[in-house]
Amino acid sequence: MAALEIRNVCKDFGSEQVLKDVSLAIDSGEFLILVGPSGCGKSTLMNAIAGLEPVTSGEIRIAGEEVTWQTPAERDIAMVFQSYALYPSMTVRQNISFGLEMRKVPKAEREAAVERVADLLQISHLLDRKPSQLSGGQRQRVAMGRALAREPKVYLFDEPLSNLDAKLRVDMRTEIKKLHQRLGTTIVYVTHDQIEAMTLADCIAVMRDGRILQLGSPDEVYNDPVDIFVAGFMGSPSMNFIAATLESEAGKYRLRVDTPGEETLQLPWPNARQTPAMAERVGKPVILGLRPEHFTEDDARLSDYDEGVLLTPRITVVEPTGADILLQLRLGEGEATARVGPKCRATAGERLALRIDMARAVLFDSETEKRLA
Amino acid sequence: MDNVIRRRTIGARVARFSLYAVLILAALFYLMPLVVMLITSVKPLEEITPGTLLSLPREPTLAPWVKAWGEACTGMRCEGVGGYFYNSIAIVVPAVLISTAIGALNGYALTKWRFKGSELVFALMLFGCFIPFQVVLLPMAQTLGWLGLSSSRAGLILVHVVFGIAFTTLFFRNFYVAVPTELISAAKLDGAGFFRIFWRILLPVSAPIVVVSVIWQFTQIWNDFLFGVAFSAHDTQPVTVALNNLVNTSTGAKEYNVDMAAAMIAALPTLVVYVLAGKYFVRGLTAGSVKG
Repeated sequence: MAALEIRNVCKDFGSEQVLKDVSLAIDSGEFLILVGPSGCGKSTLMNAIAGLEPVTSGEIRIAGEEVTWQTPAERDIAMVFQSYALYPSMTVRQNISFGLEMRKVPKAEREAAVERVADLLQISHLLDRKPSQLSGGQRQRVAMGRALAREPKVYLFDEPLSNLDAKLRVDMRTEIKKLHQRLGTTIVYVTHDQIEAMTLADCIAVMRDGRILQLGSPDEVYNDPVDIFVAGFMGSPSMNFIAATLESEAGKYRLRVDTPGEETLQLPWPNARQTPAMAERVGKPVILGLRPEHFTEDDARLSDYDEGVLLTPRITVVEPTGADILLQLRLGEGEATARVGPKCRATAGERLALRIDMARAVLFDSETEKRLA
Repeated sequence: MDNVIRRRTIGARVARFSLYAVLILAALFYLMPLVVMLITSVKPLEEITPGTLLSLPREPTLAPWVKAWGEACTGMRCEGVGGYFYNSIAIVVPAVLISTAIGALNGYALTKWRFKGSELVFALMLFGCFIPFQVVLLPMAQTLGWLGLSSSRAGLILVHVVFGIAFTTLFFRNFYVAVPTELISAAKLDGAGFFRIFWRILLPVSAPIVVVSVIWQFTQIWNDFLFGVAFSAHDTQPVTVALNNLVNTSTGAKEYNVDMAAAMIAALPTLVVYVLAGKYFVRGLTAGSVKG
């Protein structure tokens, strides 16, 4: 049975459609991340799940029970807000136990729950402080503690890390992942940060303009994007989109990439990855999607790398990040980013021999922006 | 605050000196009536008639205060303003509490439980702040008659509550609009209802605006004369009306000292409230603008 199921949910604000026929389902214990640019409807969807916003049409079910018209309290969910929303006049202890108190849990049990949560999140020493006496990271922990004190059917996290500084954000991300692994709770988590989405999720829903474009595991969404938007949104640095022309010869496809002032490139498309949809686009422009890590330095030790296609583009910018080096190189009508090892001796303005792993490349229709192969 | 760093030249000192001189003069000018009232109220009548308004009393006496409180004639009766002082308290206290409570609930509902047309409702309530008192005198008299509350304290309380709600709603609405709505959402998810959220989450952070509302309403209602004179009977008159009657009652020589003492008695509660809570008043008026 699905822990949370959303069926054909629509939401209008006046004449504007914010959610357009959204459907999804997650199993108990799954970590679902709603990700997308601001204004894509992810927060509205979360508020609809929480019951803070009524939906215009459609159905929401939690643990098999229809809750579409139930109040937030009746739905048995807990939520962590972006601003933490700690009750300013209450101590941390009172903040954590408030939900239990409202649900008429006996005092002894409430105290036990507070102790348990405080231990779990290492905030025992803060229990008698007011929210105004806490740092950002501590407030974040208390906000999580308030959600964890009850044992609801679903936890909702609304951009919980976006108010933290970069280092703390990474630490808390790991901590949330640990908590999920330990407690096995069902979590719906909203973020606009695709790295958070990749690292935390069991299942990612990429949203845009009120629709779910793709729903799948992080691996699927990253390596098998349904369209250019999803491909471009997930991954940092972003996927390279290279204008090409699809050609066909003796049942084999290849891509022609014209780079102004350079030799025309012919990239053979792997036979194993041919799709019927490609036949209709022969002789027409297509878009080749290559992630920065699909480029590899042409190292003698790797020369048996038979799938790779060799090319020697001109390097325009070299950006060492420490762990690896990002290269800007001229490819097609614009530039592309390649990620190579930190030992690479590339210099701006010179050419470098690189291999492209065509087995992992993706191909899009340049008109519909949908995936071709 | 003056955070500008500058050299302390002679010119700057002179400028500063004259600035303070003007301020002190203005303050003296403003305080003068109060001083004259106080001095006059503790002088025997013989010291007043020569016309030396500003001279200090040679033989200070509290007799005018005693007379004003318990013996002076207000119209036909000679019982002082004491009884009317209690009348005022009996009217002001419930009216302030009720109008503040309703204003707080209104402000809460208008900001945190928005409904279709809530902005229009607020705009109409705001309109209530601009209605001149005189306009409602007749309809209000009619209404009080229908309700059977004419000339009663309850009637006056009702009038003041109705008139005060516009202002208290405005205060609380503008205060609560700055309170993050996520707090309310969190409390809803925690299982708290409308009144519980108000009582447990919002009211504890509302102290500054409650002070503003109480001071404002207290001053307004205590100082009201028009409604007091229009909607009260003899035994339900507030102290402002009694003061007017006392000053206008002419039997023999005009007792300025008693008049002044009565005026001081009538003005004292608002002064006390201001002195005690004035700083919270200023703090509360600007509370919404600073993040808490």
